[in-house]
Amino acid sequence: MISTSILNVNNVSIKYGKQTSVVKNVSIAVKSKEIVGIVGESGSGKSTLIRAVLGLLPVGGNVFSGDIVFKDKNLLKCSEREWREIRGSRIAMIFQDSGGFLTPIKKIGNQFVETIRSHFSVSKKEAYDKAVFMMKKMQLADAPSIMNSYPFQLSGGMKQRVAIAMAMAMEPELLLADEPTSALDVTVQAQVVKQMVELRKNFNTSIVIVTHNMGVAAYMCDKIGVMQEGKLVEWGTKDQVINNPKSKYTIKLLSAIPELEECNFVREEAAYTGD
Amino acid sequence: MSEKKQPILEIKNLTKQFEMKDGRKLTAVNNVSLKLYKGKCLGIVGESGCGKSTLANMIVHLEKPTSGSIIYDNEDISNLKGEKLRQNRKKLQMIFQDVSESFNPRMKVWKIISEPLLNFKLIDKNSAYKEAKKLLSIVGMSENFADRYPHQLSGGQRQRVAIATSLSLKPEIIICDEVTSALDVSIQKQVLSLLVNLQKENELSYIFIGHDLAVVKNISHRIAVMYLGQIVELINSCNLTTSACHPYTKALLSSVFSVKKSNNTKIEIIKGDPPRPSCIPPGCSFSSRCKKCMDICFKEKPSLKEIEKNHLVACHLFDE
Repeated sequence: MISTSILNVNNVSIKYGKQTSVVKNVSIAVKSKEIVGIVGESGSGKSTLIRAVLGLLPVGGNVFSGDIVFKDKNLLKCSEREWREIRGSRIAMIFQDSGGFLTPIKKIGNQFVETIRSHFSVSKKEAYDKAVFMMKKMQLADAPSIMNSYPFQLSGGMKQRVAIAMAMAMEPELLLADEPTSALDVTVQAQVVKQMVELRKNFNTSIVIVTHNMGVAAYMCDKIGVMQEGKLVEWGTKDQVINNPKSKYTIKLLSAIPELEECNFVREEAAYTGD
Repeated sequence: MSEKKQPILEIKNLTKQFEMKDGRKLTAVNNVSLKLYKGKCLGIVGESGCGKSTLANMIVHLEKPTSGSIIYDNEDISNLKGEKLRQNRKKLQMIFQDVSESFNPRMKVWKIISEPLLNFKLIDKNSAYKEAKKLLSIVGMSENFADRYPHQLSGGQRQRVAIATSLSLKPEIIICDEVTSALDVSIQKQVLSLLVNLQKENELSYIFIGHDLAVVKNISHRIAVMYLGQIVELINSCNLTTSACHPYTKALLSSVFSVKKSNNTKIEIIKGDPPRPSCIPPGCSFSSRCKKCMDICFKEKPSLKEIEKNHLVACHLFDE
C-alpha cells in the first residue's frame, strides 16, 4: 500500500492463555528511517506488543487477531526457517537487561564474532574488524580491550552499548528496543540515547522504542503512541502528543512527570538557612 | 525567628571504608558532613556507586562507620549499642527501594504494619489489627487491604504499606532510599505527595535519596550532589537549575530529558563512566570526565567551600 512503510501492525490483539487480552486492537505503522516511541505504564502491554513483532512472545502468548506486516511479509505466518533469516539480520532487538543475555563465561569478542558469523559468511578476522568498527560507532573507547573482557568486567552502560553494537552489526532495517535505558544512570542514559539517534543517521535504521520515560521519547521519537491497559489511546507525531494531547490519559501522564524547572512540592519560603 | 535553629541530625566527617579481598581499601563514603533540620527534606543525588545508599545505611545503623560521628538530638549515636541502639531505631526509620524484598511474603499486611509496634511493646496483640487499619488510612489505603498478602498488592500500594510501617513508630526522621525509582510516574506522583503531606502534618524530616534529579528537586529543600563518596555541591533546591556550578552537577542537569522543552533540550553528555571506587584518582575525583579540568585537578583534592550564602562547592574552578 504505502511504499515507504516498513512495519505495519494492523488491529493486533494478544492474549496469554485464557486470560482477557493484554493488547487490544492496536494498529501502528512505522515508516522507513522513522523513530517511533511507545510509552505507557507498566502492565499496559507495550512490551508484549513489541515482542509480538519479533515472534518472541512468552509461552502461552498468542496473537489471536490482526496481522503484523514487515515490508511485504506477514510475520505471523512465517515458518521457523523464514524467522531465522529475519531475526537478527533484518529485525534486531535490544532488551532492558542486556547483561542478562550475554553469556557470562565467554569473552565479549568471541560472542560478538559468533553472532556476526551466524548471520553472514565472513572470516573471523573480518567479523572481528566489523565488531570493533561498530563499538567505535557506539563511542566505546578502547574496543580491543572490551573485546577481550568478560561481561562481568563491564559496567551496565557499557554492556548496553555492546548489546546495541551487536544488534546494529547486522545492519538491520528495523531495530526494536525494549526499555533500553531504564536500568542506566541518567548520564549514561543520555549517552546511549544520543547514540541511538546517531544510528539512524549512519545506517538508515527505523527504530521502535518502548519506554516509560516520556522525556526520552520526546527527545528521540518522530511519532509517539501512548498505551493504556492494552489499548492505544493516543497516536501521533511528537508535537501532537506532547503539546496537544487529545486523550485524558496522556494529559494525566504528562502532568505526573516531575520537571526540573518547577518547585511542585516545596515552595520558595521553604529554603532554609544554616550550614 | 531570632534563635538559631539546631539541626535535628548532624553528620560530621563520616567515612566508610570497605576492605577488599586483596587487602586494598575501598572508600565508599569519604569525609561527608551534612545537617538536617526539623521538618525539612534533604535530597541526595548521584549516580549508582557514589555511596549514597552506604551513607543512608550508616545513619540507620545498618553499616558501621569507619570514622566520623552522627549526632542526633545533641547525642552522638554512631557508637550506640544494645538496648540504647534499639530504642534509637524508633526515631530513625528507613524506607527501601525494593519493598517487596523487605516484607515477609507469608505475613498479611496488618501484621507487617503492626510488627514494629508489637516489637517495642507499644500496643498489645488485641489492638494490633485496629492500629494497622488506622495507619493504612493515614497513607490513603482502604481498610480492606489489611487482610491481603504483599503479593496481592501493586508496587505503589506496597510502597504505601512500607510508609505506613515506618510511620507506625512515630519517627522523627525517615530516610527514603530510592523509594520511587521502581514506580510508574503517576504512582510516583501519588507517593511523593503523600510523603509531602505527611511531612507537613507531623513535622517529619526526610533524607531523600535518588538518582532522578527532577524528582529529588521537587521534594527536597536542600540538595547534596555526591560523586564517588564525596559531596561535590550543596545547594538550596530552588536555586539548583539557576546557580548550580560544579561541572558534575551541570552535567547531571543537562542529562535530564525534559518533556516540556523537548524541542530545544540540549542534551550534553559526559564521556565515559565514573572510575571504580577502588581506584579513585589522586586529585579531584571527577577529573577524568571533567571538561574544564586543569592541572591542579589531577594533584589536589578540592575541598567543599562556601561560594555564596548556603551554597557550597568542591571544585578548583572556584578557588580564590
